[in-house]
Formats: sequence, C-alpha cells, structure tokens
Amino acid sequence: MIEVRFFATLRDGRGKITQVPAEEASTAGDLLRRFEIPPEEVAILLINGFHSKPENPVKDGDVISLFPPVGGG
Amino acid sequence: MSDAYYEKIARINLTTGEIKVEPLDLETAKKFIGGRGLGTKILYDEGVATVDPLSPENKLVYITGPMTGSNSPSSGRYMVVTKSPLTGMIACANSGGIWGAKLKFAGWDALIVEGQAPDWCYLNIEDDKIEILDAREYLGVLSEELDDKLKEKHGAECSVLNIGPAGEKQVLLAAVMNDKDRAAGRSGTGAVMGSKKLKAIVVKATRKQLDVIADVDALKEANKRALKILSDNGVTGQGLRALGTAVLVNIINGIGALPTKNWQESYCPTADQFSGETLAEKYLKKPGACYHCPIACGRVINHGDKVVGGPEYEPLWAYGSDCGNDDLYTIDECNRLCNEYGLDAIGVPCTIAAAMELYQRGYIKEEECAGVPLEWGSKEALVEWTKRMGDPETELDWLMSSGSARLCEHYGHPEYSMSVKKQEIPAYDARAIQGIGINYATANCGAAHVRGYMISPEVLGLPQQLDRTVTTDKAAWAKTFQDLTAVIDSMGNCLFTSFALGAQEYADLLNAATGTSWTVEQLLEIGDRIYNIERMFNKAAGMKPEDDRLPKRLLTEPITNGPSKGMLSQLPLTLPEYYAARGWVNAFPTDETLKKLGLDECVGK
Repeated sequence: MIEVRFFATLRDGRGKITQVPAEEASTAGDLLRRFEIPPEEVAILLINGFHSKPENPVKDGDVISLFPPVGGG
Repeated sequence: MSDAYYEKIARINLTTGEIKVEPLDLETAKKFIGGRGLGTKILYDEGVATVDPLSPENKLVYITGPMTGSNSPSSGRYMVVTKSPLTGMIACANSGGIWGAKLKFAGWDALIVEGQAPDWCYLNIEDDKIEILDAREYLGVLSEELDDKLKEKHGAECSVLNIGPAGEKQVLLAAVMNDKDRAAGRSGTGAVMGSKKLKAIVVKATRKQLDVIADVDALKEANKRALKILSDNGVTGQGLRALGTAVLVNIINGIGALPTKNWQESYCPTADQFSGETLAEKYLKKPGACYHCPIACGRVINHGDKVVGGPEYEPLWAYGSDCGNDDLYTIDECNRLCNEYGLDAIGVPCTIAAAMELYQRGYIKEEECAGVPLEWGSKEALVEWTKRMGDPETELDWLMSSGSARLCEHYGHPEYSMSVKKQEIPAYDARAIQGIGINYATANCGAAHVRGYMISPEVLGLPQQLDRTVTTDKAAWAKTFQDLTAVIDSMGNCLFTSFALGAQEYADLLNAATGTSWTVEQLLEIGDRIYNIERMFNKAAGMKPEDDRLPKRLLTEPITNGPSKGMLSQLPLTLPEYYAARGWVNAFPTDETLKKLGLDECVGK
C-alpha cells in the first residue's frame, strides 16, 4: 500500500490519511489525479519526507505528503 | 520634512528625568534606513557595546523604520535595540501590533531610554508631549491586565507597551510586550526595561497616518503593485490567513526536522495533535492582523472562557514535541502565560526542554523541583515552570529563567543547551536543513530563524526550491537572505511580506517613501552594512570567533529517527564559505570590507 497524507486545505473533503493499493499508482502524479488535486495546488510534495515532483515514481510502502502553498516563521 | 522620517528622536534619561528632543541625522538614517540598522548604529557610536547590559549605562532604543505607519503592506513594525543581557551582544527584537505605528504618528522616529529611574515609572507620550509617571501601583501586574488599566487611565485610543513580572525581575528571557499579545520577544529586552525600572510606554497620537511621504503618488503605485503580488500569492494571500505560521508543524515534521525531546529526536509521530490544522479545527476564533497587514497570520483563539492570542509555530513546537508534549490546550495555556508574564515563548519552553533532559539523565534531582518534577510531556510541569520562570523564587527557578545555556553550564553539561550565543535555537533541525544552520551560527543576535529564513528556499520552495540536504551555494544564499532581512527589518515592514515580494518591490516602496533612488544592489549593500555594524558591535562587546558555532549535538550526533535519520549539520564546510562571501576573516570583517561598506568608523577596531 501507499499512504497518502493530506494537509492544510487539501484535507477538505479528503480526510487526513488514506491508503492506496501500490499497483494503482506508479507516480505521485497518479495519486494527484486519483484525488482530483490539480498539480498547481500542491506547493510541497514529499515522498518519504523528501521534496519530489508529480513525475517521480512511487512504490509499495511509500508515504506521500501533500501541502498547498503555506509559509510561516 | 518629506522623507518618511519625522527627523526627531526623544532621549529620555530616567536617572535625571531629563527629556531631550534631538534631530535625526538624515544622512545617517538613510545610510542605515532606520529601525534595526539605525538603532544599532546609534548604540555602536554611543559606546554601548562595552557596558553591563543591566546597568544604567545600557540604553534602550525603541525605533521605527521609514515605512512604519505608512500605507505599505504590513508596516506596523518597531524594534527594541539594546545590548542583550542574555547574549552579551546586540539585541534587536522586532514586534508588530500597532504601537510602533502610533509612536511614528506621534511624530517620533525613535526613543532612546537611558539611565535608571529612582523608582518604578512609565512613559506617557501624547504627540510631542512626553512625561515620566509613577508606576509603583502597577508592580507585579500581568501584561494584559496592565494594558487594560493604562487604557482606562489614558484612553482607549492609546497603545500600550509594557513588561510583565518577568521583566520586573530582570529575568534574562523577559520580553517586551505590546498591544497585549505582540512581543519583542527575544534576547531579554524586557530585562533591560526592568533594570531601568521602566514598566510601560503608553502612546497616543492625533495623527492617523504618515504625512511626510516623499512621493505620495509613487508610493501609492508601489503599494498597489505590492498588495497585488501579496494577494495573488498562495502563501501571503490565503495560506497564512487560514492556518497561521502553525501550519509548519506538519511540514517540518513531515521532512523529519521537528526537534523532539530537546533535539534527541527529530520526528514526532503525534505532531498533528498540536498542528495548525488542529488549532484551526478546535480553537481558532478568527485570524488576527497587525497594523495595515493584508496577510493576517495572527491567531485569535477560544481558550476556556477567554479569547486570547494563540500560539505561533515556534511555541507550538517548543511546548509541544520539544518538551515531549502533544496536548494543544496546554500549549495554548503556556503561550498565554508567556504573554502575561512577558516571556520569550521560544527561549522559555526550550529551556524547560533542556531541563527535562537534565532531569531524564539524573542531573536535576526530583527534590530540586519543588513538587513539580521535570518529566517529559508533563502538562503540570509545563504550566508551573512557565509561571516560575516568569516570577522566579527558588534557585532552580532563577537558573531556568536565565536560559538553557546558563542552566546546563551550572549542571556541568553545556552540551544539552540547544543554543547559539546563549540564545535558544528555533524550531528547525539544522542537521536536516543545511542552510538554516549557517544562519543560526552567524546571526548576530544569537540563534534566530528570522535573520535569514533559509526555510523559505530549502523547505517552502520560495523563491525557488533548494535541496535541503546539500551544502552547495547555501552560504551565498544565507548571506543574501540575511542582508535582505536587515533591509526589511530596518524599513519597518514585516518579514512575512518577503514570502511574496522581492528586493525590487522593497526598493520601490522605500524609494517612493524616502526620496532615495536605491537599486536592488545598493539596497542589499545597505543590508550588508547593517549586518557588519552589528557584527562590529559584537566584536566590541567581546564576541569570539568560537561564538559562531552550533551545539555539539548537531555536529556529532546524527538524527535518530524519521525521514532525516542519520543526518548531521555540515557547518564546518559551509562556515568558511560564508565568511569568504562576507569578506570576513575569523568571524569578523576585514578593514577592506568595512571600508567598502562605508563603515570607516569601525576600521581598525
């Protein structure tokens, strides 16, 4: 399974965490499409804690974290 | 006057009661912009670097920037510049709210407070008039209550800056508070106010806007452009208003850089329980904004039967994972207590975290804890020790209120103090994010995130995404961020505008307001000049090259858990690159660098 974690406004209507069977997504972009998230709404995409892009591959056991544009200090 | 300065400084000697009005040296003001830059220049020239920070010889400069009170975005900032009793070096604590704008509207670019009052007093400013009034009846009064009392006395339209019990007792982690929940929080500026027996400064102004702008039309245009950029930007237009800085909890934890249990770990599995998302869901009443701020990152929260200022990311982390706690209500309560006692809401919880590690390892004994053991995650300990640090009585109260460096030194284990220059490090693990470590090590005020916020490019991807794990080019980035930050601080705008605005926008705003014609390169050179005069202040104050260092833990103990497991700070690689970029040798500017920056007064020193 691949774990997808949603944060900030991306939680709206999607909850906090969900699991996706690994065979149903080969890239992070596949997951964005599955959850109907336009790539431009994702400012930070982490695969296992490292900044990644939609075209990066995902595999069984990965944790994907999705954040909209946010800042702080 | 038509250059965004009122060209007037009040010098208030509390020993003699004398109040002098001095003209602002406009040429010097423009060379250092104002605020942080000009405040440091004044203190450097007046020889404050060598004085005892808690003696009458130290001076407090409350200073605005040329943009403070203007219609430019997020322009309510003022700074408290002094010699820090915590670090023994330059302190420049920056705060928002509306107090700074009102000081400017009253016609003052800055107040210089010196000496020591014979008994507790406060300043009452109504436009040109400044009077020193008796504050003895307000001794021991908490900060928010005092704000109410002084408004009752002087009118609801005034704005109040004050210290709580912590400042009165010269606690080294004491903050200067204004407008109830805004803080010039770091480096112990509140203790300096306390040492002068100055409890508060009340400001009332007839003027409601700045009427000394050099080119009103040009500023209007520059403002319009800046506001559009801020509004169109996902961070400044929506993100910060929706979730505040607290949104960072999950992001920084997500990359494995959220220090946990005094940096023994860097990932907290339960972080979502004290995240911005949870804060918004459970307690948020509405966003809060400082003077003329379109961003509105502040949190106004429901807290029991009260409505109070809510925690920023820093106290959420520091009272949260850093102390092994994930109870959000307790964090809200501790944050409120910091505001009431007038405490640095970073330094205090980080010191509690250090004490908890000393307790974990058996160096602090249970019998020293006066009934409240310093156990990880103890809600009672967090609340009770915050109160004790705000109004210390026992030996351990006093030690803890002096910060983690002095506390850990006392117990013979300085390595457990996660501080630089005796000031606690903020909420980003420098082993997982290489550039922020350069900034922590070299910030002139001691460890700070808001001197060169490398989290922007290394984590948030602003203005572009850098790889957080590598050192390449990080020294040059850190220097540029530090220089631009010095400019923004000195202008009197909020640093958060820089999530969207670039150096050109700041140049346009400043040039329109002050009649200058700085290019971006010239503006960054001013930032460099400010950074260098701060460094020369520190040199005169006795700073040593080894003070530009990170705690041993970050250099020798790899991260133990989470996504960044195994990482260490590579500061030994990046620091020489940083010094080369600055034109420094062994942590200090060469004479050639000083001459190039027009700091002839520092040459040979």
